[in-house]
Amino acid sequence: MQSVITQPKQLEATALKVREHIIKLSTDGGCFVGASLSATDLIVYLYSEFLNIHKDNLDDPDRDYLFLSKGHDVPALYGTFAELGLLEKDRLKNHLSTEDHIYWHPNTKIPGIEFHSGSLGHLPSVALGVAMDIKIKGGTNKVICIMGDGELNEGTCWEAVLVANAYKLDNLIFVIDRNHFQANMPTEDLIPLEPLHDKFAAFGAAVKRIDGHSFEALHEAFSAYPFQTGKLNVVIADTVRGKGLPSIERRADRWFCNFNATEVEDLLKELHGEAVTQLTSETLVVR
Amino acid sequence: MSYEELLTQTALSDERVIVMTAENRALVRNIPGKLGNRFIDTGITEQTMIGAAAGLALRGRIPVVHALASFLSMRAFEFVRTDAGIPNLPVKLSSFIPGFLSDGNGPTHQAIEDISLMRGIPNMTVFAPADEQDLVEMLPQIWACPNPSYVRINTRKTDHHHTPYQWGKAEVVSKGEDVTILTYGLLFEQALIAVEILKNEGLSVGLVNMRSLKPVDEQAILEATQTSGLTVTLEDHFLTGGLYSIVAEVLLKNQLTAKVLPLALNEKWFKPALLPNVLEYEGFTGKQIAEKILGYKTGSVQPKIAVPQFSE
Repeated sequence: MQSVITQPKQLEATALKVREHIIKLSTDGGCFVGASLSATDLIVYLYSEFLNIHKDNLDDPDRDYLFLSKGHDVPALYGTFAELGLLEKDRLKNHLSTEDHIYWHPNTKIPGIEFHSGSLGHLPSVALGVAMDIKIKGGTNKVICIMGDGELNEGTCWEAVLVANAYKLDNLIFVIDRNHFQANMPTEDLIPLEPLHDKFAAFGAAVKRIDGHSFEALHEAFSAYPFQTGKLNVVIADTVRGKGLPSIERRADRWFCNFNATEVEDLLKELHGEAVTQLTSETLVVR
Repeated sequence: MSYEELLTQTALSDERVIVMTAENRALVRNIPGKLGNRFIDTGITEQTMIGAAAGLALRGRIPVVHALASFLSMRAFEFVRTDAGIPNLPVKLSSFIPGFLSDGNGPTHQAIEDISLMRGIPNMTVFAPADEQDLVEMLPQIWACPNPSYVRINTRKTDHHHTPYQWGKAEVVSKGEDVTILTYGLLFEQALIAVEILKNEGLSVGLVNMRSLKPVDEQAILEATQTSGLTVTLEDHFLTGGLYSIVAEVLLKNQLTAKVLPLALNEKWFKPALLPNVLEYEGFTGKQIAEKILGYKTGSVQPKIAVPQFSE
């Protein structure tokens, strides 16, 4: 693992393309745009720089694992897979088609997706089991589970932290996409999570809190893996819901979005700083 | 009247009612401002919400709780069974996007075993209205009953005008000698289409909107199966434990048999897509239902199926 990030410009370019894919998926039925955009840089960084996962080792038991637990951010994963060659770009056009398997939550018919998700608070436990087996076998693979901050409402997330601590799983990394929103409102207005660092630390984890949109900060944090021998690694990545599209950033009413064709065109320009979108489609489509 | 209007009106006129949600606000968007501290959002904590609802019910409250159907019926299952079922507390479950209504979400969100699970809990009552009018017609009695209740929320609109709801009774829309379709919930709208096609093919067709799966209208089942040449059980549910099972149980209890065609999901989750495409892919459009019953293709035209709009 290099200590200095070698290709920040390339990562930024990849992330921009992934965001374009997400915007293109947000029509004709729509998708969970805000949460996908907040997780984009994180996912692009992990697959590009940190994880030993590529299209030729998907069945290798010594590969690294990434579990996407909140699930509704899967457009960011589809986009990343398309850019890194794990998924043919053309298949993204099959979103919500009965001819393919690309829909609102992850499933294992997409190569590279390790487990289905969508019901919150499941994959921390599944990742725990994988990390346990790697420990038993003496392997060196890394296991990442990305969770949403809203997801942390579910008690099973915290059960997994307790058990990971008991079994000293320092090969397991829980990454929190801390975009400060759950479906309908800011997390701190409903079920406050702060001080989040202290909560995880009190449960026995080694915790790092970083800017989840800075590739340098991501690189610095993950380069320090394992953070502490015998401790669960937790990365709290502070992010912005809707990152990259000022017209929907930090907006409680733009969770699930089903934009019309004009909006999609304008949002693509907005992503490149060339326009501000006037959104006219109905807000807060809750599925 | 909408679901939210009825709930608001009921809660404002009855201090016992507490509206709860595990951060699913689609059905209760405007209620927080109207109910004040009798609206409780526990965050994404379905199990804790049900436990808390039981605690509130212990104190004489009637909690009406909201979450997606799969998480209410499955993630919180043991809490429902143990905290509401065993003590027989009036915890009222409003389950959102049950059955095919979870359209493009995928198997994690598909509640297609909920009827089976919920009716297996002693004291629990189970309902599946055919559309929004039916839902609003049934809810006052459901919320007034002293037992825990599970309701498959269905806010879709159909042209059908429903008869008043009688506790535990099905709505017999029509009677037929050749075939009778027994159904509930979302698929009622497709059953109406199927009935028209079958009639055009010259058949005498009955249609029963089951409404209540527990208690179930045994008389309606017996009459349909004993007076119709063929009974069809039509449901967006696994074959196991739903209406087909209920019909089998009722017949066996009465030492009777019948020719029954079950249309349900047999040992499979359905293809995730937008609702009209799900119905088409899985063979549950009105036209497809009619043609399965007939055993041949017809020249009939399937009317357009509305895409769900769960917006506020």
